[in-house]
Amino acid sequence: MALLIHEGVGTSQGQENEQVSELAMRSEPLPLEEPSASDDLTASQGDTQDARSASAPVAERVYRHRLPVRISHWLNVPILIILIMSGLQIFNAHPALYWGDRSDRDQSLLSIRPVKAENGEIRGITTILGHQFDTTGVLGYSNGSRHAFPAWATVPSAKFLAMGRQWHLFFAWLLVINGLFFTAYALISRHVTRDLAPTGKDLRGIGKAVKDHLVFRHPTGEEARRYNVLQKLAYVGVLFVVAPLIILTGLTMSPTIDTAFPWLLTIFGGRQAARTIHFIACFTFVGFIVIHVVEVILTGFFNNIRSMVTGWFVVKHEHEGANHEA
Amino acid sequence: MKHERAMERRQFLKGTLGVASLVALAGCDNLSQSSWFPSILSKTEKLTERVQRAITPTNALAKEYGDADISKVFPANGNTDPGTEIYAEHVAKNFSEWMVEVGGLVQTPMSWSLAALKELPARTQITRHDCVEGWSAIGKWTGVPLGDLIRRVTPLPNAKFAVFHCADVDEEGVSYYESMALVDCYHPQTILAYEMNDNPLDIPHGAPLRLRFERQLGYKHAKYVRQIELVETLAGIAGGKGGYWEDQGYEWYAGI
Repeated sequence: MALLIHEGVGTSQGQENEQVSELAMRSEPLPLEEPSASDDLTASQGDTQDARSASAPVAERVYRHRLPVRISHWLNVPILIILIMSGLQIFNAHPALYWGDRSDRDQSLLSIRPVKAENGEIRGITTILGHQFDTTGVLGYSNGSRHAFPAWATVPSAKFLAMGRQWHLFFAWLLVINGLFFTAYALISRHVTRDLAPTGKDLRGIGKAVKDHLVFRHPTGEEARRYNVLQKLAYVGVLFVVAPLIILTGLTMSPTIDTAFPWLLTIFGGRQAARTIHFIACFTFVGFIVIHVVEVILTGFFNNIRSMVTGWFVVKHEHEGANHEA
Repeated sequence: MKHERAMERRQFLKGTLGVASLVALAGCDNLSQSSWFPSILSKTEKLTERVQRAITPTNALAKEYGDADISKVFPANGNTDPGTEIYAEHVAKNFSEWMVEVGGLVQTPMSWSLAALKELPARTQITRHDCVEGWSAIGKWTGVPLGDLIRRVTPLPNAKFAVFHCADVDEEGVSYYESMALVDCYHPQTILAYEMNDNPLDIPHGAPLRLRFERQLGYKHAKYVRQIELVETLAGIAGGKGGYWEDQGYEWYAGI
């Protein structure tokens, strides 16, 4: 890591900054002035460590997220929400999932349907692999209407497949463009290799990281400068596994794309299988988003939001400070 | 004190998120009903069409399946019976007087009876039908390659689209129609089918003649075809969007 950091304070303005990690790229003890946009990478990790041993600051500001990452991140917020909700609108047009190429009604893996009970009452019945669940009020039948997913979860809220498709396909293009932009940036700037890819050391510590997360113990001090191993795996998984998977399975549902790239049908096991994988990938995104937002709140909401808005993240060094005293 | 602030923050967060999601949802609904926003969304269709046409070889074939893959139940969507008196008469006569006319911007308009079409070289294909709703079914179709008919009538240079006029009308009396780019008429799997799964086409699936447009979604596969008209523009025909479903907001280019 040390060789990535520019030595000294006199780094010239036009210096290449590709060598610098996205995280912990710049760090300075508090208080400090707001950096200007053209601020160069003057401080180094070595400098701060020296400074800390001298003055033992309690909090330190770290330049955590660079502008392209911040832009791409915030674009994803409306894009993903709309894609998920318009996707549920599209799902509602045929609320069942299958494997293979055909959608044989008696072979569904999952279905969400309104069913009239013997007493004439309509119940929402969700069937997963043959097991039936009464999900009235949320799935199948809610607020007096026969929606698989309820109106509050779909765009538009009323049943309107044509409009749901328009929203979905428009924002799908935005997702692809944003994804290509981010991927190109992350590869060229080495954000992927330096910050996102887990190291061997990371992976060996995975057991401890899982235990820590389960008791809501989060990294502080020096450890909080970097993404922890679970964070890295989650980000890499979402960015480079789930996102490509959801785009490719989406494309596999296109009869035209299937003629151009017939192997798509082969690798995903058929058009209906691709639709099922698309749906599972969608809910993987939903799960990721829920955990992500919960972690953002638990680990210092305003600090996290600020770092994704301005780039600057505050790291607290309570324990190190104590150690120095001892 | 610190605890109180945390509580306040939590309340604030909950409130903000709740309000934000409601506003966002209402916002999406308002935008859907506005006149300008859907027209921005629909720009996607042209982009999708350009990109798909650029990356898809003109004659790339849709996957053809085996007999074992054929769906036991092939759903019939849209109109499952035109229900008109004229159509009922054709049914009574076993479609012996059904004529399909190919005209419009062509040098020599021509008409074929069902029997005459069956005399022409046929193509049989087992393909997957992908409905816009999300389901897929596999069926075996036999019919005349549309390109063969179009070549016989010789399109004029300004002909850009083929419009399919159908015998079915909806509850409000609106006639069903569809259209495709002339270039797609020549795709080897684009056929006017008169047989499904080795039997004459049944009424729910479009008897006596339906279009198979294998590289696009199901609603493009016009049923009960009685007339094919080559035109330069789709404006001025019914709602002007190129098809019954298109006039109701579905994409004309239904490649995805």
